[in-house]
Amino acid sequence: MAICVINEKCKGCKLCIKACPFDAIYMEGKLAVINEKCTACKQCIAACKFDAIEDTGEEEGPVDLSAYKHVWVYAEQRAGKLMNVALELIGEGRRLAREISDDTKVYAVLIGDGISGLASECFEFGADGVYLIENPLLANFTTDGYTKVLYDAVKAYKPEIVLFGATHIGRDLAPRVAARLSTGLTADCTRLDVKVSSYIDYANKNTTLDTSTLDPASDDKGLKQTRPAFGGNLMATIVCPRTRPQMSTVRPGVMTRRERVPGATGDIVNVNVSLAENDIRTKIVEIVKSAKEIVSLTDADIICSGGRGLGDPSGFELIRKFAAKVGGVVGSSRAAVDAGWIDHSHQVGQTGTTVKPKIYFACGISGAIQHLAGMQTSDIIVAINKDPEAPIFEVADYGIVGDLYKVIPQIIDEWDGADELYEATVH
Amino acid sequence: MAFKIIVCAKQVPDTNEIKIDPVTKTLVREGVPSILNHDDANALEEALKIKDAYPDTTITVVTMGPPQAKDMLIECLAMGADDGVLLSDRALGGSDTWATSNAIAAAINKIGDYDLIFAGRQAIDGDTAQVGPQIAEKLGLPQVTYVAEFSMSDDKKHITVKRALEDGYELIKINTPCMLTAIKELNTPRYMSIGGIFDAVRKDIPTWGAKELGVNTDKEVGLEASPTNVFRSFTPAPKGKGMIIEADTEKELADKLLINLKSKHII
Repeated sequence: MAICVINEKCKGCKLCIKACPFDAIYMEGKLAVINEKCTACKQCIAACKFDAIEDTGEEEGPVDLSAYKHVWVYAEQRAGKLMNVALELIGEGRRLAREISDDTKVYAVLIGDGISGLASECFEFGADGVYLIENPLLANFTTDGYTKVLYDAVKAYKPEIVLFGATHIGRDLAPRVAARLSTGLTADCTRLDVKVSSYIDYANKNTTLDTSTLDPASDDKGLKQTRPAFGGNLMATIVCPRTRPQMSTVRPGVMTRRERVPGATGDIVNVNVSLAENDIRTKIVEIVKSAKEIVSLTDADIICSGGRGLGDPSGFELIRKFAAKVGGVVGSSRAAVDAGWIDHSHQVGQTGTTVKPKIYFACGISGAIQHLAGMQTSDIIVAINKDPEAPIFEVADYGIVGDLYKVIPQIIDEWDGADELYEATVH
Repeated sequence: MAFKIIVCAKQVPDTNEIKIDPVTKTLVREGVPSILNHDDANALEEALKIKDAYPDTTITVVTMGPPQAKDMLIECLAMGADDGVLLSDRALGGSDTWATSNAIAAAINKIGDYDLIFAGRQAIDGDTAQVGPQIAEKLGLPQVTYVAEFSMSDDKKHITVKRALEDGYELIKINTPCMLTAIKELNTPRYMSIGGIFDAVRKDIPTWGAKELGVNTDKEVGLEASPTNVFRSFTPAPKGKGMIIEADTEKELADKLLINLKSKHII
């Protein structure tokens, strides 16, 4: 243990016990003793008035990497419903587990209260086993509660890899758990590989990386975690060579679920929970579900833009209806602004506003260079245009060749039912 | 009773201005302006609002980075912060989020006696959102991330925040001292004032290295101590042409589009 009490100097004043956030110090007679909960946070060193606690700098010795086995997926649930990303990660975790070895398993870790019923869904989407961590204090996500039970479980069962969805909850929980474990965490991964050969395959297909220096026959089974940085301008692959578990958060939507196998089963491990009410230092007053507020062009997650293909100014009525339905903001091409159909403040492009929404709907926009310059880094571009030769289709992720006055009303009608449409295709 | 806030901020390249060299396929960072990270500006603004309401509040901004990050601290002082501390040392270079949080937590402990720590949710260069929670963990503090609204009781002990979720929000109560991370919905950062700029450039901004922080350069900070390393880095392949959705009727076109968007979790 890195933090030690110098017995000769300790006066038994208990200031360190008060200062310790982790309940890692107790009294043995008149001497303070540090137990295994110590995270070397040094709060006690700062609190001690007698210089009786020191950081010896000694570690517990190098981590025995071979003691860690299997892949865990934090199977995030909210109000008793599994998040899509949890099912995606179970599929991905299974792929990674099999890359490590035939007997490496993927486990879903379910944390909550009264959620054992979700285990069968985890099995059906590919989990070999489920760790069930249930307690009334875990009914809703809290940083303190979930961090403690997950940390305890990792300490007890020693997984080799732990994956989280990069949701607002996953990105709150994972760094806390990783810091307590003193292990590495890679954020917002979009690609994971274990075998060097599969990493090479991925890199050759999708990137500009020179893979000639990588050995496809290498026995390196460390997790290669690839993520975007600098606003997506650069990709980096991160490894965690000396500590375990290897931990990642993964962007929702980038991994694919396995096909559901109805009736699949597996082992359920009930994890002992040691958690008290005062371990949780935040109090949830209420949880509210709400639609997103509409914001300006540069901040908008969704933009519905109209161009000269609308034919006349009244076309923006339809675009406004479309934007209102999808929770987006109305944009336009310069042609539409120049024609006097809409105010310049809506203009996207080199001489207008540069935007990077999650979805950009280009409706009746041909795709002049000056327009593309202002929107081509959007995450997803959907183009609707009558002219199949329009340059906008060169940058679009999804193109629809057709009459926007017929297509958009259909999208508006179907928008709220998109969940059902999608569910119907996967179940 | 005086109230002491520490704001964690980062100087970042304006990623909107970064371009890829079409020949070498590497980042062109020359001429790219460095700015105060957006979410951190929101964190500072909220601290300044607390100071507006309770003038006996003091705000110290802590940053880690190269020597020129001092410019960003001067900007923070000119907005109204009281003090700035720069953590800069070759020995801190190459730190990942774990090691970075060790250095910043050590600085916060050295400053001491804080009531509230405010950070931005994430920096636009790395986008990890990990350093805030990891500082909180090392300090043993409770945290709330994605803070979109903030209010505090008059005794300055009880805080209520709105925490943004993907599909709504949570209302959470938390006591001081604690760590909060801000998102842009929280407020609109103020501009520097003329008087503020005048005072800021005259202010002494200390630089602390590993020695001043008392951190172990083999085990706690820097490249060697970091649990994660960069294995490879590269630029993504240029975006290829997407798919043309084909169907017989407009309804089918719309259905196929929505199913695609849904299956990729775009909507």
